[in-house]
Amino acid sequence: MKIVVCIKAVPDPKEADKITIDPVTKTLTRGNIPFVINPLDRHAVEAALQLKQTYGGTITILSMGPPAAGNIVKECLALGADQGILLSDRAFGGADAYATAYTLAKGIERNGVFDLILCGMASSDGATEWVGPQIASFLDIPVVTMVNEIADNDSELWQVKTAWEDGYRRVAIQLPALFTVARELNQPKNLSFSGIIKARKKEITSWCIDDLGLPIEVVGLKGSPTIVGDFGTLETGRSVEILQGTSEEKAEKLVEILSEAGALG
Amino acid sequence: MVNFSLSEENEMFRKAAREFAETEVAKYVPEMEETSKVPDGLLKALAEAEMLAITIPESYGGLELGYTARLIALEEISRVSVATAMMLQVFALGIEPIVQFGSDEQKSKYLPGLASGELLATAAVTEATGGSDPSGIRTSYKKDGDDYIVNGRKCFITNSHVANTLTILAKSEENPKEFCAFIVERGMEGFKATHVEHKVGFRGCNTGELSFENLRIPKENLLGQEGKGMRVTMSAIGEIGRGGMVGCALGLQAACLEASIKFASERILYGKPIVKLAAIQEKIAEMKIELEAGRLLGYRAAALQDGGIGSSNEFAAAKYFTTEAAIKAAKVAVDIHGGYGCMEEYAVTRYYRDAAVLGPSAGTSAIMKVIVARWALS
Repeated sequence: MKIVVCIKAVPDPKEADKITIDPVTKTLTRGNIPFVINPLDRHAVEAALQLKQTYGGTITILSMGPPAAGNIVKECLALGADQGILLSDRAFGGADAYATAYTLAKGIERNGVFDLILCGMASSDGATEWVGPQIASFLDIPVVTMVNEIADNDSELWQVKTAWEDGYRRVAIQLPALFTVARELNQPKNLSFSGIIKARKKEITSWCIDDLGLPIEVVGLKGSPTIVGDFGTLETGRSVEILQGTSEEKAEKLVEILSEAGALG
Repeated sequence: MVNFSLSEENEMFRKAAREFAETEVAKYVPEMEETSKVPDGLLKALAEAEMLAITIPESYGGLELGYTARLIALEEISRVSVATAMMLQVFALGIEPIVQFGSDEQKSKYLPGLASGELLATAAVTEATGGSDPSGIRTSYKKDGDDYIVNGRKCFITNSHVANTLTILAKSEENPKEFCAFIVERGMEGFKATHVEHKVGFRGCNTGELSFENLRIPKENLLGQEGKGMRVTMSAIGEIGRGGMVGCALGLQAACLEASIKFASERILYGKPIVKLAAIQEKIAEMKIELEAGRLLGYRAAALQDGGIGSSNEFAAAKYFTTEAAIKAAKVAVDIHGGYGCMEEYAVTRYYRDAAVLGPSAGTSAIMKVIVARWALS
């Protein structure tokens, strides 16, 4: 089974309070916050590792980003993936979800035959949830989003379960396909020292725009149709009201206030 | 050019150790504080995360990583639980004499089990009459055919009731200048783990006494040459022991700094977080400076050791500096927390108690200064 896992280097969510938005360019200012693997992508990597354990095959990690993103690809190799590909070129910079998905799709095509592509459901910085489905669209393969269970498969159709509003849905799907995964799918294993040692011998290939044979107009900022019109900051505040009277009176008043605020449904 | 950066691989080791500490060690801390006992699950987790295998050669099932990787692991684990880092550091202290001085047979017999966690190690040198000056120990051995008969008591032994593979030091009954190091297995006739200590800090890291009463040790368990045992134990204490304490101290320093920044950023006085006050910033700056300086001392010593240059003196300087800095940092962290710093639900109270145990462990600050002075005067 050939599995490709798309991952993204994101600013460490633990330091999210230090992220700002540049009012002129309307893009995130990362500052000195370190890159980490997008948390949901870690679940995609874990899913790939479990599938490989069951069905055998190879896992390729694919990411688009600056050279520093190579570190997170290396981490995935330390977790047990077989090879890594980093799409890195100044021309790829400033890409929105559409241009990112297009570039990743071209990287997947160049890498060759695959059975399954796994992505995290969303990134912790952009959170559009578009990249996975758009990759599937560019590759013309079916997609299932928010997968939280991949059942054992003994037929040609793969059975997966996904979150669906207040319930769930079960989907039967033929590979090749793309799944975006939810955090409920699994509990990712920790990095291990021996995994890091094994990763010494695993390779990361770097491809630039020429390697993908793409014109500059379709990638990066130039290939991105998204335009940020405006943005604002939500202000949240608190106020305190001390209720007076007997316990019964205070309880009645509390119910009244909560009802008016719509907190009681 | 001097390279002060950790390699990418070492940075990844740090990330792995931090993940392990935060997900697998942190959950045991409340239980350790409450019971002062070593949780079985924690020992299993340490073994599964290969933390016991770091210093053991690959050919015996270990990871064969160096002192730098070990220091990283200890710092990250200590940042979450100094007690866990301490027990881990002493496992290595028991392992190192076998790695350095063990015969092929001894290495084959013990190291694979010590790497996997099936066996747990410690070193037992300290006695009421000698710790930093091991020549003062009274535990003695005499030959009986091919065996050795050992009598005596050891005190303040970390992992005393947990370890089953112990490196011990004993003095010749016939010649008080001759010492032997032995590998002792729990269960050997005459071996007993007796009193368990109740320490002010490092709760959940077991410390206690050992008793040897006509303990019969076969000659196969002699470590190194007969009569040359002092060298066997002292080389491990100088590099592994002091180096390990540096890791424990750095982790505690980092924890104190993080807790102080968090609390000071959330605590509002005069309409703004107290972290905006110059008096608080000065304390935080001092903690940060001492953490950075301690890392330079500690990681330099580890890098020297990895490069094959013995650095027990450098580790002595680092041990002195970082443990003293950790004690100061814990006091300052408690101060910054004000009244909350006296409440046990705040981790800084644990840091304060742990700091009290850091100083004397593996040689007091005064002893470190004796060593550093000898180094300076040599």
